[in-house]
Amino acid sequence: MTTRLVEGSAVVAEAMVRAGCRFFAGYPMTPFTEVLEHMAESLPRVDGVCINAESELEAVGMVWGAAAAGARAATGSTGQGLSLMQESIAEAAMAGIGFVVLNMARGQGDYFQATRGGGHGDYRTPVLAPSGPAEVTELVADAFELAERWRNPVVVVGDYYMAHTWVDLDVAAAVPDPPPAPDWALDGSSGGTGSAKLVSPLGTTKQRDGVGYDLAAHYDHCAQRRQAMTEGIAPRAECLHTDDADVVLVAYGTMARYAEAVVTACRTEGLRLGLVRPITLWPYPSEIVAEACAETKVVAVYENNAGQMIDDVNLALLGAAPVVGINGFRTDSSAFGIAPDVTVENLTASVQALFEQYG
Amino acid sequence: MTPPESSPDGPAPEVAETVVRGTVVIDIEACKGCDLCIEACKPDVLRMTTDERNTRGYRYPQLLPGCTGCRACADVCPDFCFQVWRYDTPKTWTEAGGLA
Amino acid sequence: MNRRNNDELRVIATEHAPDDANQVADFTPGLIDVGEHHLCPGCGEPIAIRAVMDAIALLGLADTCIAVFGIGCSTAFSNNLDVEVLQALHGRAPSVATGVARVHPGLAVFTIQGDGDMANEGLQEVLHAAARGENIVCIMLNNGVFGETGGHLTVTTTIGQRTKNTLDGRTAAEHGHPMRIAELLAQIDGVGYVARGAVNDAGNVARTKRMVVEAFTAQQAGLGLSFVEILTMCPTGWFVPTDEAPDYLASTLAGTHGVGVLRSALEPA
Repeated sequence: MTTRLVEGSAVVAEAMVRAGCRFFAGYPMTPFTEVLEHMAESLPRVDGVCINAESELEAVGMVWGAAAAGARAATGSTGQGLSLMQESIAEAAMAGIGFVVLNMARGQGDYFQATRGGGHGDYRTPVLAPSGPAEVTELVADAFELAERWRNPVVVVGDYYMAHTWVDLDVAAAVPDPPPAPDWALDGSSGGTGSAKLVSPLGTTKQRDGVGYDLAAHYDHCAQRRQAMTEGIAPRAECLHTDDADVVLVAYGTMARYAEAVVTACRTEGLRLGLVRPITLWPYPSEIVAEACAETKVVAVYENNAGQMIDDVNLALLGAAPVVGINGFRTDSSAFGIAPDVTVENLTASVQALFEQYG
Repeated sequence: MTPPESSPDGPAPEVAETVVRGTVVIDIEACKGCDLCIEACKPDVLRMTTDERNTRGYRYPQLLPGCTGCRACADVCPDFCFQVWRYDTPKTWTEAGGLA
Repeated sequence: MNRRNNDELRVIATEHAPDDANQVADFTPGLIDVGEHHLCPGCGEPIAIRAVMDAIALLGLADTCIAVFGIGCSTAFSNNLDVEVLQALHGRAPSVATGVARVHPGLAVFTIQGDGDMANEGLQEVLHAAARGENIVCIMLNNGVFGETGGHLTVTTTIGQRTKNTLDGRTAAEHGHPMRIAELLAQIDGVGYVARGAVNDAGNVARTKRMVVEAFTAQQAGLGLSFVEILTMCPTGWFVPTDEAPDYLASTLAGTHGVGVLRSALEPA
């Protein structure tokens, strides 16, 4: 094994290539840009394609085509760029086209965009939130499996901290070949056979007279597929010292790494603090959160936004325990997602206040 | 090549010599009465019905002697109502006329 | 006007095929599985799509092509073709086709869109696909209106043309100027073939089919993006009776959007 010190963006890119991604399209935007750079550099080496799209709107369009043609495909941006992609993400869920959408976010203000979806109609997308480089590799691979298994876009959430934290990465391991194309994918060959393949957000059912599309039938079909996906994906979360915790923190991604440090420090001083770290933001690990907080005096949702995941925690607990938010952190002047107030010291202070109030 | 008008007592003599090189099968139920075939027909032997309508209420084209099988009607028909045939050997008016 | 209104002329029965003749044309072309569709009487789009499918059959590309449809009246056909189809969102077809073509470089990947879909919603898509020289054929059915919504202004609507939102005719002062898409694309280096056809009469249909054959030939030879704009009739959107639409196309639409081959990297035959 030969490791090299690389930035987090390279870990993300390498994880995608190892997961079989052979088509990537994107538009530069901080802090996503470096992932695009790494994909542009590494995909050609494995006969893959990386296109610098003229806008995010076209990038996700290209991924539509590549995924429908049987390639494992992905796109990405930061929150703003993903706003431009929402129509295509929503309709891809209706068309049964799976691909990975990476949000290298600026802070965590895109939680609702990712978990509720910024598109139209009754669609959902699984959302995975890695918290460190090792987990990036694992969850990116999971994302491609889920996208292919459920024929639905899957969102992976990263951020500026992840992008620019340098870590060692094994660069020697051989890159596995991508899996074969799924049988529904298009390759032209069924043309002229009387049953040529069709991939469409309007479905494939014809109207009674054999013409056009029967959208009623299609939406029923989509509802069943969405229900099966919702029930078929096991929600995941990591619990740390929650069995006997008086105060439980709930945090994901980078914020969870700060929370982890504070939990460890508090425990050494005898403060019974716990952490629940959601890994799937959709389907949300409500039961795990409810169970972890069953005995606690207060639950504090620690997030780098004005308070979004706190809604899901309240839904999970339904009043079983008081829920407070530790959020609303000022960004730095670049607003690329660095929050100077997000520190172990500040969180420790907030937690101690909670112990005094609820302890 | 346009057959001249015929007189009340049957096709004018020179009409009888009209050569008919082809014919069409018309799916009158598919027709939406748009008239495009009428204008496109080079020998001008298609004529829209006036009273007869298909089950959807549209008038539809009828064929008169003089078809050359040139497929212009099929090429311009938005509703794919024409199947075009060319006779192995051209027929005369009466032979064509007698094809009812 | 039809000069055949003399009632004595014998109407020939047309229910059954003759048995002493060879078939020259069938109802529905082989690569369209159902001829039925719900497009308006006199619509030019089925004629154009038939010309495209005939060209694909002619070139033997049925099992090595993938169609990417835009959203518009022609979407009615995307579930009725016997070639593989990927339905794209409004305006996105050239980008979607880019993804398909990059994954299957050898295939004849082509888009079918309306002028509203390509020139309004997705102009950036086709311009950049052309600039990248993507190995695809883009077909734009241009009727100068958004047909599916009943006939509204698009960027190719001509000056003076009445639409549902230019009831007194388009004026430059109020609604801006039309854009000539074929000309726009002809000046982009990544294209290998650009032409504009029309389906308002049998001659133009045949001419358009030749253009489509040339477009696919150029694409298969890897000469860059091929573009064929096909002027089609939209009597509903034009407030014009169906039998007057072909002449209206010639005078109004084709007056601004001239028919012809604008650019070709193919060696002259």
